[in-house]
Amino acid sequence: MRFIRNFSIIAHIDHGKSTLADRLIQFTGGLTDREMSEQVLDNMDIERERGITIKAQTVRLSYTAKDGHTYQLNLMDTPGHVDFAYEVSRSLAACEGALLVVDAAQGVEAQTLANVYQSIEHDHEIVPVINKIDLPAAEPDKVRAEIEEVIGLDASNAVLTSAKSGIGIEDVLEAVVARIPPPTGTRDAPLKASLVDSWYDPYLGVVILVRVIDGVITKGLPVRFMQGGTQHLIDRVGAFTPKRIELPELGPGEIGFITAQIKEVEQARVGDTITTVKGGAADPLPGYKEVQPVVFCGLFPVDAADFEKLRESIAKLRLNDASFSFEMESSAALGFGFRCGFLGLLHLEIIQERLTREYDLDLITTAPSVVYRIQLRASRTDPAGELLLHNPADYPDPSRIETIEEPWIKAVIYTPDEYLGPILKLCQDRRGIQTDLTYVGGRAQVSYELPLNEVVFDFYDRLKSISRGYASFDYEQIGLREGDLVKMSILVNNEPVDALSLIVHRSVAEARGRGMCERLKDLIPRHLFKIPIQAAIGGKVIARETIAALRKDVTAKCYGGDITRKKKLLEKQKKGKARMREYGNVSIPQEAFIAALRMGEE
Amino acid sequence: MLKAIMARALYIHWPFCLRRCPYCDFNSHVRQEVDIEHWKNTFFRELTFEQPHGEPLRSIFFGGGTPSLMPPALVGALLEEAERLYGFTSDIEITLEANPSSVEAGKFAALAAVGINRVSLGIQALNDADLRFLGRLHSAKDAQTALMIAQKCFNRVSIDLIYARPGQAQADWERELGRALQFGTDHLSLYQLTIEPGTRFATDVRRGAFTPLADDPAADLFALTRSMTAAAGRPAYEISNHAAPGQESRHNLAYWRYEDYLGIGPGAHGRRGGVATRRHKKPENWLAAVAEHGHGVAEQYVLGPSALASEALLMGLRLNEGIDLAALAHRFELRTGEMIDQRRLALHQSLGLVWQEGSRIGITEAGMPLLDALLGELVSDTLVAA
Ligand SMILES: Nc1nc2c(ncn2[C@@H]2O[C@H](COP(=O)(O)OP(=O)(O)OP(=O)(O)O)[C@@H](O)[C@H]2O)c(=O)[nH]1
Ligand code: SF4
Ligand SMILES: [Mg+2]
Repeated sequence: MRFIRNFSIIAHIDHGKSTLADRLIQFTGGLTDREMSEQVLDNMDIERERGITIKAQTVRLSYTAKDGHTYQLNLMDTPGHVDFAYEVSRSLAACEGALLVVDAAQGVEAQTLANVYQSIEHDHEIVPVINKIDLPAAEPDKVRAEIEEVIGLDASNAVLTSAKSGIGIEDVLEAVVARIPPPTGTRDAPLKASLVDSWYDPYLGVVILVRVIDGVITKGLPVRFMQGGTQHLIDRVGAFTPKRIELPELGPGEIGFITAQIKEVEQARVGDTITTVKGGAADPLPGYKEVQPVVFCGLFPVDAADFEKLRESIAKLRLNDASFSFEMESSAALGFGFRCGFLGLLHLEIIQERLTREYDLDLITTAPSVVYRIQLRASRTDPAGELLLHNPADYPDPSRIETIEEPWIKAVIYTPDEYLGPILKLCQDRRGIQTDLTYVGGRAQVSYELPLNEVVFDFYDRLKSISRGYASFDYEQIGLREGDLVKMSILVNNEPVDALSLIVHRSVAEARGRGMCERLKDLIPRHLFKIPIQAAIGGKVIARETIAALRKDVTAKCYGGDITRKKKLLEKQKKGKARMREYGNVSIPQEAFIAALRMGEE
Repeated sequence: MLKAIMARALYIHWPFCLRRCPYCDFNSHVRQEVDIEHWKNTFFRELTFEQPHGEPLRSIFFGGGTPSLMPPALVGALLEEAERLYGFTSDIEITLEANPSSVEAGKFAALAAVGINRVSLGIQALNDADLRFLGRLHSAKDAQTALMIAQKCFNRVSIDLIYARPGQAQADWERELGRALQFGTDHLSLYQLTIEPGTRFATDVRRGAFTPLADDPAADLFALTRSMTAAAGRPAYEISNHAAPGQESRHNLAYWRYEDYLGIGPGAHGRRGGVATRRHKKPENWLAAVAEHGHGVAEQYVLGPSALASEALLMGLRLNEGIDLAALAHRFELRTGEMIDQRRLALHQSLGLVWQEGSRIGITEAGMPLLDALLGELVSDTLVAA
């Protein structure tokens, strides 16, 4: 155990965690140069395309240090985006230390702080790594000072690296060996291993990532999942280097994988404790905090005939991502679909994109919303009660509503102070309540309490655009609060479009309604007749726009030779229409459902 | 079996022009030299290949390119051969597209002598500035002279004008069209300028050299055009074609009524017996193909009942007379409900964009400028391969 080191790489998004992991893998010979690709651990298509990590990955490296000993290093690369913070927390729980990567040009950002505080809570040894020192804009000394001032970590011995050009890699490895403590644990004690992660592999079935605390896991061992209450026979034990290798055992302090002929990830819940069936541990390890979906939206197939395909695809996706939820939903206009819950907007976008691409489905996504808690008065037919509202379409008869509560978050925004003005305005417009504002160097850190439904849609995009990408943002939920919330319907050609209805605070309803009508005016193509677009609360219209009728759409010249061409045009026209939804004789393009909500430069 | 209508219309494509016009996306090519004898023989082989169907031809159309560049003797030889192979009805309409330059006007008498009885003159504009913008080689004065000669030589003369030019004001077009109507031709083709992909104008527009006229003013000009021509006794009978009653282009009506037609020469299309044909576009490839196979067909495919019906609707609804749904249903062995979206038909009829009289349906005056959008609505989804 003296020669084991378990550590996570944590950082704000894009500060170079995965690239640093690449260099460490390469340096220790885990992969040859030929096998290497950029960010090898980001193996999902969507990760590669977007250049971000979504899922934490663990690799075992073998490193012979300058002291002459060979160490087993278990490295966990984590995602930087706030939606996937739970991946970080699980990884941290399985380690004794962390490499805190900070971009030498960007400095400390919101997720740097959020992640490092988590790591400190775990009593970790933290090794600061100042990366991207090759950049012309790199200011390692300034960043070093920032780490000390803002986080309160000693950064005098921070390692300077350029993961891109391979500078300082050996120093990182030496620092890991010298500064991160080895794990502790007892080989002879009853088995206690925590279930760090699980995923579905088409060849192996469910693969489980474990961290052994005490005892030993071997092939053929009958084990029990203490919380799940199920028993399984271990049939494979191994590690990823990053190639999958099989091992005879996993001893105390080690991280590796097991398989046990499990078919569904549901049966291998992360945070569970694994012990032996006979002579097992008495108490389970403390589990992880359950992740709760916070953003909901409806997903409907464009072609109603694709509903079954959608059901199967969602079920398959969930095999590998237990963090999103889904239940069937039916809508008068959109037919059958699913209401899905996500960890955040990026998560929503990613699931939506994977369904579209990997499963080749055309989807309509309804406006994202949060969960509201409604206290209902008794009516003549129904008793008083409580309703958790996931979908604006289920909004009850307003006369029955006693109170509505909405989830609030505490947001911490970190920004160069030149962008502070517009950021404060943005938060204010979104009903934010400022709770704190501090300056460190040229940067400001501002805390706001905000209703989640004001953030859910495009807050992050707006924040990024007004700060030219420099501001960073982190949030945590702080519970429900009562609010004057109403349902706003959008009527297109006098017909309500349920996929566009949303719950808004009365104070912003009119502005929001006007904004949506204006955007829909641009998003819906001109038709052969004029189209009124209205926003209404109850029966009262609060905003209105009109799309003028089309004036001219005709091919001037069409003789014998042109029929084929004209027919192709018609085919294209029909195909375009098939991608739209019809309400009251109006065809609404699919993209409009989401784009309508994107609040412009208000 | 589909009830085929025998082809009694023949299209002959002459692909050469002196210079490429910047708006043109026809199959037109500029060549220094053309071996007339070789072309004549090659056309002859195409004529032979398109077997006579037993019914005499009712119309022939020389299109291009610029067929007025053809030597009249070549035109005469082709007509002679066509008549020998196919036979002509006594009232056959034989049209040739002509540019109104002085050189070409000089050939009009000879062309009339070999059998051309209708010309379509590409005047395009009545002022020199716009002619230059349109890249035309003739002047407004050339055009008027050519027109006078044409009216002397031929029974029937049609003129082409291009309007809805960039920045064109309503009053300007009103004056220009008024003058055009005074020329007294019985037929006018009045096209709105369309920026076709791949043309020089498309590049110009992309680079911002000019901005095409917006849809709203263009729609106003369209309405103005239709009311002026109607008032002058030459109302629109098709989207862009206007004629005194009885003076419609018989050949073009064959296309719009979706009767069969034969097409020979580079890039020509044909429809015969439920089969679509397309000739090789490039002159040299066409020549080589005919030399090798006896015909220049590059592509030939059978059109199923849905394809035929959708083509018939696309073409037929361009005409003021509209289409006879029952007749088309009978011809293609489809139910009328399979051809036209009944719900949309009712909707657009109530909006005043479509009319229905017995089994005929058609587009109203208000609907005409919206035809393409209406076709997308009316033609049943099941007809169009999605
Ligand atoms: N110039 C320079 N660029 C670097 C360096 N390290 C990483 N990058 C670049 O920074 C970008 C982000 O790198 P990643 O390794 O994907 O960052 P990450 O922290 O894993 O990002 P997430 O997983 O999305 O949080 C990539 O374009 C890298 O090529 C470095 O040392 N110098
Ligand atoms: S003369 Fe006619 S065919 Fe030739 S380039 Fe001009 S528009 Fe095209
Ligand atoms: Mg990464």
